[in-house]
Formats: sequence, C-alpha cells, structure tokens
Amino acid sequence: MNADVQTQPPPAATPAWLMLRTLVVIAVISGLLVVVAYQTTLPLIADKQRILTERLVFQVLPGAATKRDFVVTAERHLEPASAGVVGDPVYAAYDAAGRLVGLAITGTGAGYAGPVRVMFAYDPGCRCITGSKVLKSNETPGFGDKLDTDPAFLENFKALDASLNAEGTALANAIVTVKHGTKTDPWQIDAITGATVSSRAMGRAANQAAQRAIPAIQRELATLSQPN
Amino acid sequence: MAETANQGAGKEASAFLFEREESLTADTFIRGLWKENPVFVMLLGMCPTLAVTNSTLNALGMGLSTTFVLIFSGALVSSLRNWIPKQVRIASYIVIIATFVTLVDYLIQAISLELYAALGAFIQLIVVNCIILGRAEAYASKQRLLPTIVNSLGTGVGFTLALLSLGTVRELLGSGSILGVQLFSDNFQGWVIMMLPPGGFFVLGTWLLFFNWLRLRKQHPAPSGATVHAR
Repeated sequence: MNADVQTQPPPAATPAWLMLRTLVVIAVISGLLVVVAYQTTLPLIADKQRILTERLVFQVLPGAATKRDFVVTAERHLEPASAGVVGDPVYAAYDAAGRLVGLAITGTGAGYAGPVRVMFAYDPGCRCITGSKVLKSNETPGFGDKLDTDPAFLENFKALDASLNAEGTALANAIVTVKHGTKTDPWQIDAITGATVSSRAMGRAANQAAQRAIPAIQRELATLSQPN
Repeated sequence: MAETANQGAGKEASAFLFEREESLTADTFIRGLWKENPVFVMLLGMCPTLAVTNSTLNALGMGLSTTFVLIFSGALVSSLRNWIPKQVRIASYIVIIATFVTLVDYLIQAISLELYAALGAFIQLIVVNCIILGRAEAYASKQRLLPTIVNSLGTGVGFTLALLSLGTVRELLGSGSILGVQLFSDNFQGWVIMMLPPGGFFVLGTWLLFFNWLRLRKQHPAPSGATVHAR
C-alpha cells in the first residue's frame, strides 16, 4: 500500500478559479436556502411564540381570558409593549368581565447548569406572588426539574410575600431561598432537598422579577386596572 | 483501478475523487441499520448519543433531525461531486451541512418550541456530527444521487434507532415512563442516574456489550456440548 502511494505521479494542480468557483457557488446556494427558510418560518415561529406565551400567562393566572402586554424599561417605567420598546415583559391578565386578574412577570436566576428563567404570577391585591412556571432551564433531570412539579416546593409560591417598602421603590423584604425545613417568613422559599442550587436560582429569579417589575406595577396600578 | 481511471481523465477531472460507483441494492439501505450502524458499530456521534437520549422524545427529535440533515446534505454533495475539487471539499461539505442544520433549526422551532427547548444546543451541534461529515466524505462524494439518498436514509434510521434504544431504556428506568406516559405506579422511584450523563454511559455500554456479544456469537458459534463434557 505504501509503495503504491510513492510510485503514484503527483496529481495535476487544480486551477485556483475552480476552487473559488466551487466555494462561491456553494456559498450562494447556502445563502439562498438559509434566507428562504428564515423568511418562511419567521411568521410561524412568532405565532408559536405568541400562543405559547398566552398559554403560559393563562396557566399561571387561572381565570384570565385576555391579556395586555407591557414592558418594564431600564428606567423602571411600565410602558405598553411595542416594537421600539425594550425591557422585561409584563403581562396584565383580565377575566371575561375585564377585571384585572393579576400580572405575569419574568425573572432569571443562575442555576446549576445555566440560567433558569421563570414566569411568576403577581397579585396586586395581596401583594404577593401566587404562581410560577419555569420557562427555560437546563437543570439536571430528576432534581432541577422538580422546580415545576414538586408539590411541597410549589406551595411556596401560593402566597409568597412581595410587598414593597414604604417608598415603593423595592421589596420590603428580598425574596430568598432558605435550606429545606427552615422557612420562617412569608418571603422565604423552602428549598427542595437535593436541589438546593436550582431552588436558589428560583429564589433569585423571583427576587429579580419582583424587584424590577412590582414597583412599576404598583405605581401604574390605576392604569392597569382599567378595563381595556 | 481507481488511480488508473483518474490518470486517464483530463487535467481538470484529476482534481476530483473518482471511485467505483455502487449500484443501488437493499444493502445500500440496510448497511446503516446493522453492519455499519453509526452508534453501535462505528461509534460515531457519541456526543448527541449520550447527551440527548434522556427521554424517548428527545432521542426521536434528534434522530429525525440528523436524518434530515444526512439525506439533504448527502444529496447536495452527491449532486455536486463532480464540481467540488478535493482541496476545497471539507470547506464545501461543512458549509452544505451547516446550511441544512440551520434549516432544521428553524423547522423545529416552527413545529414545536418545547422540543426546540429540550434539544437545546444539540441541534446546532449537528453541524459537527461526524456521522454526517463521514457519510459526505466516504459515500456521497463518490456515489450517484439515488444510492446516496438511500444510504443516508439507512444511516439516519440506524442512528435514530440507536438513539431510541438508549432513550427508551433511560426514560423507562429514570422516570418510569415512555414518551411521557407513566407506566409504573406512583410508588416507582425513578432511577435518577439514568437521566444523568453517567446513565447514558451505562446504557450505551450495555447495548454495546449486547451487540458485540451477538456479533461474536455469529462469527464463532458456541462449541457443541461435547467440548464442555470433555473437560
């Protein structure tokens, strides 16, 4: 085999234009395919995303029939969501009669395997978080995915205290995750045994979401409560 | 043989790889399932095999995505095989493969955002899956369009079956369900390690043991009872 390779005459040189032509043609084909695929799937994906968000909002806020989208800007103002406005989304959900059911806010906390993104339901009446749904997590199956299923853990989010301080600028008590079985205050989250890091991520996500959005929500509550 | 043909071809053609073309037979398809199974025989594509087989659905999604990329990139490589000089072939194949992976990426998002979230970065990582580049280099670049499509389909189905054989076992032992349907009572305590990376290694190792045992038994049939008695 070796001798065979050595006795072979050197192959004729490939012209440079041939190599260039090939790569250019392939790049053009590739570009066309990618652009067509992107343009075709863009409305479909946006539609899926919209339906998914709506479903999640109605899931954390039972009784909701319609929703309005808002955004908390970097300056902590609540503004109606539109193309030019960037910030954290806030969804105001209304029941069939047009009454405000609650608000869905989102936050992110660093977990065991990357960020954990969670949607929380906020009830301005009791000034507490009343529900949660993990939107994105890479947490270990069997441990971290209990964040959405463990009944004892979800009990934490039935009425998690999120009341504001006297000035209305931040939470009176930051939401924290505590070791399993040591919860004493209504703003604490009782961690899942064996998934402390993921539970802490959940706590950080709740705290981040609440600290950012709730002051703005409480300030604009009159506007939010008006049926559309 | 191939070299002689190559020398005989004109100056331009010498830039291309020419080897004997295969005619389309049942073996073109079946080879990928069994004799050249990418996971159990060639041990290629171990990264997605271990990473996304923690549930049946993820395994199926990954397998089908890879099959899609295999077929379409194979078809394009095979169609362009006489225009791709061998100096730029790797660059060409990677661009072609990356294109179809991008298409799959958008397609999966359009089909199901949940599946897209579950498969995560492993969709994009199909670009560097060596099964696909291996098929492009070893098969599609030398064979006609139809055998290439059939061979790629065989390899893709072989890969999907391998992922499913890991995914079902891991999901069954890890969470007591198949495709999310609980099969055991609530008293079943999931064997959590099966959902974790070590579980992937355990199950893959056990399947490899099983398939190698099958192959060895076929090559060297067990000695008859007489040998045992003679000891």
